[in-house]
Amino acid sequence: MDLFEYQAKELFGEYGVPVPRGQIARTPREARAIAADFAAAGAPRVVVKAQVKTGGRGKAGGVKLADGPDEAGARAQEILGMDIKGHQVHAVLVEEASDIAREFYLSFLIDRAARTFTSICSVQGGMEIEEVARTSPAAVAQLTVSPLAGVDRAKAAEIVSAGGLPPEAQEGAAAAAERLWAVFADEDATLVEVNPLILTADGRIVALDGKVTLDDNAAFRQDHERFADPGSADPIEARARAKHLNYVKLDGEVGIIGNGAGLVMSTLDVVALAGEAFGGIRPANFLDIGGGASAEVMADGLEIVLSDPSVRSVLVNVFGGITSCDEVANGIVSALGMLSGGGREARGREGDGSRGEHVTRPIVVRLDGNNAAAGRAILDQAGLGVVEQNDTMDGAARRAAELAAGPATGDTPAGA
Amino acid sequence: MAIFLTGDSRIMIQGITGSEGTKHGRRMLAAGTTVVGGTNPRKAGQTVDLGGSAVPVFGTVAETMAATGADVSVVFVPPAGAKGAVVEAIDAAIPLVIVITEGIPVHDSTEFWAYASAKGNATRIVGPNCPGVASPGKSNAGIIPADITSEGRIGLVSKSGTLTYQMMYELRDIGFSTAVGIGGDPVIGTTHIDCLRAFAGDPETDAIVMIGEIGGDAEERAAAFIEQNVTKPVVAYVAGFTAPEGKTMGHAGAIVSGSSGTAQAKKEALEKVGVRVGRTPSETARLVREVIPGR
Repeated sequence: MDLFEYQAKELFGEYGVPVPRGQIARTPREARAIAADFAAAGAPRVVVKAQVKTGGRGKAGGVKLADGPDEAGARAQEILGMDIKGHQVHAVLVEEASDIAREFYLSFLIDRAARTFTSICSVQGGMEIEEVARTSPAAVAQLTVSPLAGVDRAKAAEIVSAGGLPPEAQEGAAAAAERLWAVFADEDATLVEVNPLILTADGRIVALDGKVTLDDNAAFRQDHERFADPGSADPIEARARAKHLNYVKLDGEVGIIGNGAGLVMSTLDVVALAGEAFGGIRPANFLDIGGGASAEVMADGLEIVLSDPSVRSVLVNVFGGITSCDEVANGIVSALGMLSGGGREARGREGDGSRGEHVTRPIVVRLDGNNAAAGRAILDQAGLGVVEQNDTMDGAARRAAELAAGPATGDTPAGA
Repeated sequence: MAIFLTGDSRIMIQGITGSEGTKHGRRMLAAGTTVVGGTNPRKAGQTVDLGGSAVPVFGTVAETMAATGADVSVVFVPPAGAKGAVVEAIDAAIPLVIVITEGIPVHDSTEFWAYASAKGNATRIVGPNCPGVASPGKSNAGIIPADITSEGRIGLVSKSGTLTYQMMYELRDIGFSTAVGIGGDPVIGTTHIDCLRAFAGDPETDAIVMIGEIGGDAEERAAAFIEQNVTKPVVAYVAGFTAPEGKTMGHAGAIVSGSSGTAQAKKEALEKVGVRVGRTPSETARLVREVIPGR
């Protein structure tokens, strides 16, 4: 889970990393009120910062200085609702402006290649670290951090010294680095990045920005839910999550259901490849229903995929390994029964034509592996009008793309 | 000979009394694997029924090894206890530990890797979040279906379980020496390179299939290794060309971050060193048929 800047700074604050005073605003009026409070406290100059989980917001006009409450409200008005690289701005952080003397860079992350943790520190902050590494590699220091030893003050001092920070900044930066390591280690983060870490004109070290990624696998021992942002998640992704389905919304027309992350990723690629011949048909989603592929999970999966109005055909791609294909085929038959014949609750919600209706969008099924012949026979005998089988992954992908490219049939209850 | 796992391997299971441990223990045994025992500290001294065979349960890995001669441990312990289980296996200096468990926090995996390194890497770690290792006709340690393929001379290394099965099935007439599922997590023990090195030195392996996916740069580094060290034919497949930036695709490690970790970059790196890369799994299988010697 990626955090918003304001959430990262809340965490930093809890761990004793200095951050500017600031508050979140969701309307221009709130932004104005926050700026008025700062002005009353003797800090009339504020920065209004778009809260989006993507880089490059400064260049996109998502960060603006404001003198006083009126300007802060006006800047917030401009920024709220902006689209920054596909991310809509729902909130701005209104922060007291800092008097910047120098800008540095500091991060902790996982070094996948070396299978360890690492720190990156640079005297050149405020720009993309990849860019600094390209243009002045000598200014970027990467030091391995042992997962067993961690970062104490001495290691923190070594990191900021290697990054070339000036002497007057080193003590404060080392203190901040030690605390940021605590955030990384204690919160099960996979990334803690401060860019820029600034030295103020009056000699203080402050984290002016913050990027934190938390490990979803650690949810069982961390309270990561407090950072959840249900408002901005894709609604279908949110519902899939509630059903414990591994679903990612994409922008194409062929709904994809498969078992195993690698096989599903591969299915997306094969559909996109096949779709080139049909005017650029693309996969509409990633959905991994896991090894078992029971009727219940298959029904949940189909329901989720069909709730996406841009889906015009569905490809079910299953390899029978431990679960054999006859069980999977029975799962598909029961799933379609559940979806079409009632027996499942929560159907017919408004604005969702696929629920409570017969499934009419075509479903191409490809079964392979253990007991594939038996599985295919079960589907044949079930006489499901919407289901069409194909023996190969490539063939099934081509057919699903072709069906998606054809005239849209919608989900009106057919006579079938 | 195969790699990592042979007909002589003696398998134990950490978490043998759990539903996954019991289910897959039974399957391993049915596939002809020598399953000698397992651990559950609360059920030490009991036995567990694996499809008609009573297999002993011990309190610790060290006890299991001493009593049974186990030299491979397969870990099914749930995420919260998985680090402890792997550390215990490392402390017992078992030669090979295969971590099937999905959902282990990456801080834990990184810690047990560091711990194994500090102990001189006497224990090879495969996984976590992997389907295991299978040497068809000899031994099967993990959850790879035993009956989808046959014994043969292709070596396979893969980040993905079901793509491994798909490939083993498509090439079942040729067969495999060993298939290693290395797992889809960001930090894993045994890497593509470790397997390539082992396959390159295995007289029973004639050709190598390598299956990669988005995330990290393991495939790029494998390409560099192949260029310098591998003369046997290598065919590769990479999944995730259509994955959007910044989204985790099922596997915790399968994520394109900025411009790094893309499938395209991996494919190009592999092709640059002469590895043939299939665009689909079936095209990859066809390429293997073209390069396998004597066919």
